[in-house]
Amino acid sequence: MQAQSVTKTNALADLRDSGVEVLTFEVSAETFALEALLVREVLDNCAETYVPGAPAFVDSVINFRGRIIPLADLRLAFGLEATASTRDSRIIVIEFELNGDATLIGLRADKVFEVTTIPDASTEAAPRLGTRWRPDFIRCLAKRKGEVIVLPNLARIFAVCGQATAGQAGGGFQQTELHTVA
Amino acid sequence: MSKDEGIEIFRVEAQELLEQIEQGLLDLANNPGNKELVATVFRALHTLKGSGAMFGFDALASFTHHCETAFDRVRKGEVPATKELVTAVLNAMDHMRALAEKRPVAVGEGDALLAALERVVGQAESKAAPSLHPAPAAKPAGGLATWHIVFTLGADVLVNGTRPLPMLDELRALGACPGGACRISAITSAIPPLGKLIPTECYMGWDVTLTTGEPRAAIEEVFMFVIDDMTLDISAAAIPETTAANEPAPTPEPDAAAADAKTWRPDASVRVPAVRLDELMDRVGELVIAQSRLKQIANASTDMNLRSVAEDIEHLASELRDSMMSVRMVPVVQLFGRFRRLILDLARDTGKEIEMITEGETTELDKTVIERLADPLVHLIRNAADHGLEPPEERRAAGKPAKGRVTLTARQAGAEVVITVKDDGRGVNRARVRAKAEENGLILPGAVLGDQELLQLIFQPGFSTAATVTSLSGRGVGMDVVKRAIEALRGSLELSSPPGEGSEVSLRIPLTLAIIDGLLVRVGTARYVIPVSAVEECLELTPEQDLRSTGRSLLTIRDHLVPFVRLRDLFKTGTAPDRYQKIVVISTGTDRVGLVVDQILGDYQTVIKPLSPFHAGVGSFSGATILGDGNVALILDVGALTTSAAQHDQTPLRAAS
Repeated sequence: MQAQSVTKTNALADLRDSGVEVLTFEVSAETFALEALLVREVLDNCAETYVPGAPAFVDSVINFRGRIIPLADLRLAFGLEATASTRDSRIIVIEFELNGDATLIGLRADKVFEVTTIPDASTEAAPRLGTRWRPDFIRCLAKRKGEVIVLPNLARIFAVCGQATAGQAGGGFQQTELHTVA
Repeated sequence: MSKDEGIEIFRVEAQELLEQIEQGLLDLANNPGNKELVATVFRALHTLKGSGAMFGFDALASFTHHCETAFDRVRKGEVPATKELVTAVLNAMDHMRALAEKRPVAVGEGDALLAALERVVGQAESKAAPSLHPAPAAKPAGGLATWHIVFTLGADVLVNGTRPLPMLDELRALGACPGGACRISAITSAIPPLGKLIPTECYMGWDVTLTTGEPRAAIEEVFMFVIDDMTLDISAAAIPETTAANEPAPTPEPDAAAADAKTWRPDASVRVPAVRLDELMDRVGELVIAQSRLKQIANASTDMNLRSVAEDIEHLASELRDSMMSVRMVPVVQLFGRFRRLILDLARDTGKEIEMITEGETTELDKTVIERLADPLVHLIRNAADHGLEPPEERRAAGKPAKGRVTLTARQAGAEVVITVKDDGRGVNRARVRAKAEENGLILPGAVLGDQELLQLIFQPGFSTAATVTSLSGRGVGMDVVKRAIEALRGSLELSSPPGEGSEVSLRIPLTLAIIDGLLVRVGTARYVIPVSAVEECLELTPEQDLRSTGRSLLTIRDHLVPFVRLRDLFKTGTAPDRYQKIVVISTGTDRVGLVVDQILGDYQTVIKPLSPFHAGVGSFSGATILGDGNVALILDVGALTTSAAQHDQTPLRAAS
């Protein structure tokens, strides 16, 4: 039992040394990466259904094999400019734990590159200053071929962007004009 | 199967057995002489003991054993099933339930219960002694009968641990009375040649001619534990026909035995975790969607073969969906059955005489819905018994029978099931409701309210009319909890209560949570589903009306003002309205609101899918569904829409003043 746990830790250490396997993709000319383990599938663009009143970050749903899953847009979390969808646009379906439940979530990507390994040595924490992005949204940055890859902190992003506007979205009625003439 | 899994299965089984015992005992209380019932209870006790011991519930097994022993005497007719005895066993049953659920029990509780049971059995015995003792004596004299029994056991009974020999011994024992006889011969015709013989399988059948004073039921009882897995033919025969029945009948129990067997073998059924059913349901939903795509492709093609295959698949898919629906349905008798004990307890605690009448128990509802209805119904029944029904003297004075009556009815009405809880008590006391509402600040003193409005106050949170808090109800968590639970099931609730004649609460519940009948509408470019159950009518909004109503979203429908909402504005589609917009009038109980849509696309049966945590809070939608072309349509949450429309109806007024 003890020996086993020792080897396990060693294995983990090895893994850390060898880095983490990620899927890299492009959103608004920035390169992002997600742990490959999270990714379930990469879809070609499919029909989206807009959910009125939902937080802008997740304002649509799609049909993923009979399941209705939210479609999130990292652009909004990082304040990036929206780009029109192209032939290269994809949806990355990830399985992520939300409030204790494994939830399937689609992420928009302008381009999906490859599955690759980011060596641990090449990663560093997000600088506290100097980025225009919220530091708590970034888990770490990695350098690769002279390019900076952003590993987003999904848990934090979902918690902040997924709920922030939910309250005001509650009743779409606020915005409608309902005048009563007595 | 892991051990935990086994224990889980046992728990479920124990639950069912205990329910069976409870029902049997309650029936027995009304019908003490019924041997069938006694046998049913005994068998359930016996099985509970057996499986309990198998899964390591030793305390349960040994406790149940003592009850079984006591009940065995009832079964043998040595002791009559008196009311006291039934009550004692019912009490003991609660203890068993605690043991089965591994809840902590007080030390000595079991012994006390057993002692009580013993005492009651003793009393019953002495009471019955003069009248009952002659009976067993008369029985053997009451004619011997010769039975011809042919049976074969299932091939795998030996593997499952059944031993045929003790069964034969038991049969022999039945014939061991004066004048009795038992002749057993083996039917060996089914034994294969040695080369093909599998030693662990049972190929033998037996042909028994039995002369006994015992009834037929006693013979059937010998086979009680293997009856599912055997062929059995029992016939009254004077002449033994050893050769005639070598081939066992393919269907067991072709005669009265079938009816007998049914009493203790409810139905051959399979227990499946609900999650698996849900998964299956999802797959069926996907299949239906894939099928409708196929249909589109086939219709565009000229290939006749493709078209005919597509048509076949369409039929199969829709049949599959229908059977999938029916798999989830269970009769409400499961639900109603639980309340009999409740009524018994309520009668005891309130000192009132109460009878419960149930109607329409065969009405079917989705299993999940049934589970979630139990608590609200308990509340309603308690309310009826505690607040509604008067004490016997008061009832007599009012010219009613002393026994109060609570009626539970279920019936299907379209895609809904209506369940009513009705009592013939004093009805809702309006004056007290008003006083209470004023006291709680729900209404202003002296506010003018319609009768229905006044009654609706009962459903407000924190409302309770009971002057004193009883253990039964009146903790103020009554009707608003009920209302919320019913609305969570997408149902609605109505209360009517003519003073002095009792009250009636009707619950309208959709047949299933998984599927709704929807009205598919288009707003801008998006499509939405409105539950048909909420739709009252559909009207046209002419351009003139539309113009006239800008700045004023009220519509006169048959002299009633109905507020309406332009979904195009609500959902900010940014599209121009269609020339002929439609208004779909929806209602929930008392609130009505018109929804302006661009087009009504038609009826649509919809598999409801939940929304992700991101969208669950949006409020306007209760779920989503996948349309025939694979696109997603959102399902409007009628309750949320009407409430917020009603609120906004008032807001501008307040703002203006």
